[in-house]
Amino acid sequence: MSNTLSYFRQDRLPHIWCPGCGHGTVTGALVRAIERLGLDKNKVVIVSGIGCSSRAVGYLDFDTLHTTHGRALAFATGIKMARPDLKVVVLTGDGDCTAIGGNHLIHAARRNVGITTIVMNNEIYGMTSGQYSPMTPKGMIGTTAPYGTVERSFDLCKLAEAAGATYVGRATTYHVPLLIDLIMKGLQNDGFSLIESVGQCPTYFGRKNKIGGPVEMLNWIKDHAVPVQAAAKMKPEQLEGKFLIGEFYNKPEPQYAAAYGELIDKVEAEYANVRGGLWECAPNSD
Amino acid sequence: MTEKKRTVRLMQGNEAFTAGALAAGLKFYAGYPITPSTEVAELCSAELPKVGGTFVQMEDEIGSIAAIIGASLTGKKSMTATSGPGFSLMQECIGYASLCEIPIVIIDVQRMGPSTGMPTSPAQGDVMQTRWGTHGDHPIIVLAPGNVRECFDLTLRAFDLSEKYRIPAIVLSDEVIAHMREGVELPLPSEVKPVRRAMPTVPAGYKPYEADPDGGVPPMAPFGMGYRWHVTGLFHDEKGQPTNNPAVAEKLIKRVNAKMQRYASDICEWQEEGLDDCDIAVLSFGASAMSSLAAVRQARRQGIKAGMLRLKTLWPFPEDKVRKVGAKAKKILVPELNFGQVALEVERVAGFDKVVRVNKVNGELFRPEEIYAEIEKTAKGLKGVR
Repeated sequence: MSNTLSYFRQDRLPHIWCPGCGHGTVTGALVRAIERLGLDKNKVVIVSGIGCSSRAVGYLDFDTLHTTHGRALAFATGIKMARPDLKVVVLTGDGDCTAIGGNHLIHAARRNVGITTIVMNNEIYGMTSGQYSPMTPKGMIGTTAPYGTVERSFDLCKLAEAAGATYVGRATTYHVPLLIDLIMKGLQNDGFSLIESVGQCPTYFGRKNKIGGPVEMLNWIKDHAVPVQAAAKMKPEQLEGKFLIGEFYNKPEPQYAAAYGELIDKVEAEYANVRGGLWECAPNSD
Repeated sequence: MTEKKRTVRLMQGNEAFTAGALAAGLKFYAGYPITPSTEVAELCSAELPKVGGTFVQMEDEIGSIAAIIGASLTGKKSMTATSGPGFSLMQECIGYASLCEIPIVIIDVQRMGPSTGMPTSPAQGDVMQTRWGTHGDHPIIVLAPGNVRECFDLTLRAFDLSEKYRIPAIVLSDEVIAHMREGVELPLPSEVKPVRRAMPTVPAGYKPYEADPDGGVPPMAPFGMGYRWHVTGLFHDEKGQPTNNPAVAEKLIKRVNAKMQRYASDICEWQEEGLDDCDIAVLSFGASAMSSLAAVRQARRQGIKAGMLRLKTLWPFPEDKVRKVGAKAKKILVPELNFGQVALEVERVAGFDKVVRVNKVNGELFRPEEIYAEIEKTAKGLKGVR
């Protein structure tokens, strides 16, 4: 029997998110993925940055770390490298991950740090009430893009793959079984995984862009998401204005902590009987 | 196995910082290359794997301090080293570690600023930044070594104090001390007793921020041990959960800040010479104190009653000691490689009229005769008053 609620700090509920927000759906998907994999609650650390998405960790009954804006992956890198046995998850938003945290994202991916990163992409800065983000599609309205943004947006999954992530996928808050499946596979990948979840912000993105409420937004997501297998059989013009969902990349490689662990073993063995040096068992450098 | 005898070695300050950190039990270093602190990173990359520790070269200094905070949360002693521009980038996360009470050590080897400044020239312009660089009222511990042996001692001490009080500790040095080589006799490992943070014993009912409201230090559980606690840079209650409740917020910020004053007498250290009968006290720190001491001794030889107070702790500021010195001495000279940052504190504590600022800001260290000239001038002024 499912015991999903037991993964929550129930005394912290209800959450602060707006009615119709997609972040709860993603948080629920993560918990279901953890539950289905039977992960030990005491060996999972969940880290977040700043923004609506990042408030999720406060509701989850694990060791949780709500960090500074954009830096969740850097904090998480420290945790994973100090305790490689822990399962480390980062919950982040599109602004947190791709703007202020963009540098940490590409380097965490490049190092293949064993972190499962779930990006709650609602295409807007929600916490500060509706400014455009690097994930806001060109032409859409934000409070800092009152005439529509002229900036181009990232394809986050392509970015992660190019930077070196070893597991990459995209789902949506409409395609929840897929989202759970991708998160499960991401958690099972030893190295750096990135799962983007396209979701709705009815309060700002939907309202400002006159898309409607949560139902209309979810319908929009449903109509514009194309499974990657189906897309392979479609013509480019059929894919115009659509976005792909599914598993995009899955090529496991040794994670950073494992590679560094091998280095430690080698160096420790080499210097096991050497005394002197800078301090204690360290050898003389001269 | 018989333990080796102590030996004297020639080492530079940056080596001594690293040795001190290793002696404290450093197990995690994250950093970004920057002159004049880079040797610390290089040495950590070589030495840490030998003791099962981890070195990570991060993508920038923000990532570096974030990573050491993360590592410290697992119970590992963690450190970074940097210089002015990198130290500026770390400010937000210094505030995070202060509020969340996560022990970390930062070595800041000062160079001329602002901005890129003069990367290989000494300065002491980060004094106020170490205290107030991050936003909001917060506690901080800042130690300033005055020679290479002290680079070892004060790094070890920075770890001890940070672990004990759960306050970020900064070792504030400068290019001269960091690159200066001296013959140093380090203690034997058996003579070093590093302090480890207090930890809770039972996960059930653990309240991570429950402590005596008057500056108490709560025990800290490592991540991954079943405590399942929450850490946030938002103001939080005793359970670590965010709150907007003014009473809870006030209690937290008062307790966290009270730590700095409550334990000041344990944290503050200095070295003095000839203060008992002095007319002119010279108060300095770091590399400037080396030139100052030479000048004070020269003044004594010339019959001027000069004394030396070298601060090893800058923050919390050793108010009581400076007040006492101010009560006896007629003037306090404050030589520093900036436009007067420690002088501001001395003026506050000992009185504005008491202080003579001695400043140098061209990327060069004081020559002893420059400070001596100021002592002599001040002495003549005092005679004139009589």
